[in-house]
Amino acid sequence: MDLSRRSFLKTGVAGAVGLSALGFDLQPLQAQSSSLKISRTSQTRSTCPYCSVSCGIIIHTIGDGAKNVTPQVVHVEGDPDHPINRGTLCPKGASLLQDIVNDRRLLKPQVRRPGSDHWEDIPWDQAIDEIATRTKALRDADFIEQDKNGKTVNRWESMAFAGGCTDTNEFNYLVVKSMRSMGVTCLENQARV
Amino acid sequence: MSDRKTLQVQRISGHPGPVPGEGTQRQEKLCKLIDTTTCIGCKACEVACVEWNDMPFQPTMFDNTYQTMPDTSWNYWNLIKFNEVSSDDGSFQWLMRKHQCMHCADPGCLAACPADGAIVQYSNGIVDFEEASCIGCQFCVSGCPFNVPKFNPSTKKVYKCTLCSDRVGQGLEPACIKSCPTGCLHFGTKDDMLQLANKRVVQLQQHAGLKDAGVYDPQTIGGTSVVYILHDATNPEKYGGLPKNPRIPLSFTLWKSWFKPIGLIASMMAFAGVILHYVTEGPRRVQPQPPVREIDGGEARKEN
Repeated sequence: MDLSRRSFLKTGVAGAVGLSALGFDLQPLQAQSSSLKISRTSQTRSTCPYCSVSCGIIIHTIGDGAKNVTPQVVHVEGDPDHPINRGTLCPKGASLLQDIVNDRRLLKPQVRRPGSDHWEDIPWDQAIDEIATRTKALRDADFIEQDKNGKTVNRWESMAFAGGCTDTNEFNYLVVKSMRSMGVTCLENQARV
Repeated sequence: MSDRKTLQVQRISGHPGPVPGEGTQRQEKLCKLIDTTTCIGCKACEVACVEWNDMPFQPTMFDNTYQTMPDTSWNYWNLIKFNEVSSDDGSFQWLMRKHQCMHCADPGCLAACPADGAIVQYSNGIVDFEEASCIGCQFCVSGCPFNVPKFNPSTKKVYKCTLCSDRVGQGLEPACIKSCPTGCLHFGTKDDMLQLANKRVVQLQQHAGLKDAGVYDPQTIGGTSVVYILHDATNPEKYGGLPKNPRIPLSFTLWKSWFKPIGLIASMMAFAGVILHYVTEGPRRVQPQPPVREIDGGEARKEN
């Protein structure tokens, strides 16, 4: 067999091209998994606002707090260190990101007037004034100083207060004090959890 | 983050020859254990999956059951199947099963896939789709015994549950496991999960009167990285799309394990023969043509 240097080189190159064309990958394959989306987030502990179970949650926010950055919440999941849920969440709790990042989230007070079929936006000042005016009027009309037997009760039965599970101890203390001082008896603040 | 590879590739789709780096690092087999007897069908795992993977929302469908939609889709990898089963004695059972990729030890999707690197199996048992290499041929859809991979017509790629390989690769449990409020989902090594499962099965058989309770870890596909505890392991079909003996379709086994290697060897031999012929015989030389005799005084030449 007449094998010159030139034909040996030619054959070698042709063989390498042929092998790679047949699918022999000469590059080592890198094991890769997509990067973790919460690897650089800041974690904030909070409480799920839905039911009275009050599961602990961790809110993951991107942005390192630099001046020119507006942080954005990217993920919410259960807090493994919370004694109530130990990291688990129900479907509503698992979707809490949609509570925060949502076009339909309410950002200002709204009112639906008696007989109206839609909600209208009102300013905070007007909302607080209207609530105060109606509260005063209702209390003046319905306040019971004495019951049938003439016993002093100082009750206001036409008003109720319902709190949420994210209310703190301090907030609940203020709620109880202010509501009791007005004579409200139907008082629920989830302070039992 | 260190440079240490957290996920070691064990098998690659459409890849001829050995897998680079195979067996260079020890890795435990991981497993997801689903106890269907304690599932309450709350769908927290469904929501956690959609949230973690940032998948676009789609409308749910009401079909006279509590099931979110008829089947999983390219943007809904995890679905609780609400199977309403009536027995012969008139009793009614509500068999809820979390349906997602089973991460088979011998994956049909990977065997069927012709695209190099589009489907990889890590040493810990996770079967993952690499969308960048997917060519959208949907062979994996027909190769899967559990009807898991789902095609997205707009991106022309196929998607499925990744067992949260991004989370697991960084030492976190999958999103569905973490959310489950009844603790019917467990995550750990395959050995630990099987031990836990067998313990629970004994409990169900002896104390809950479920004589047929058992573990679903089909050996026809080498076992799965998702293991079920069933009330009635003798009839897994009751749970909706859980075949008793799942198998990779025979056509794929024949084509990929027999015809393809033989064809590859034949084409390589043909190529080697061509090169050998070139080396021994050299290029084809043009033979000197005998002089053309002129007929009819140059008419033939005029036509040319």
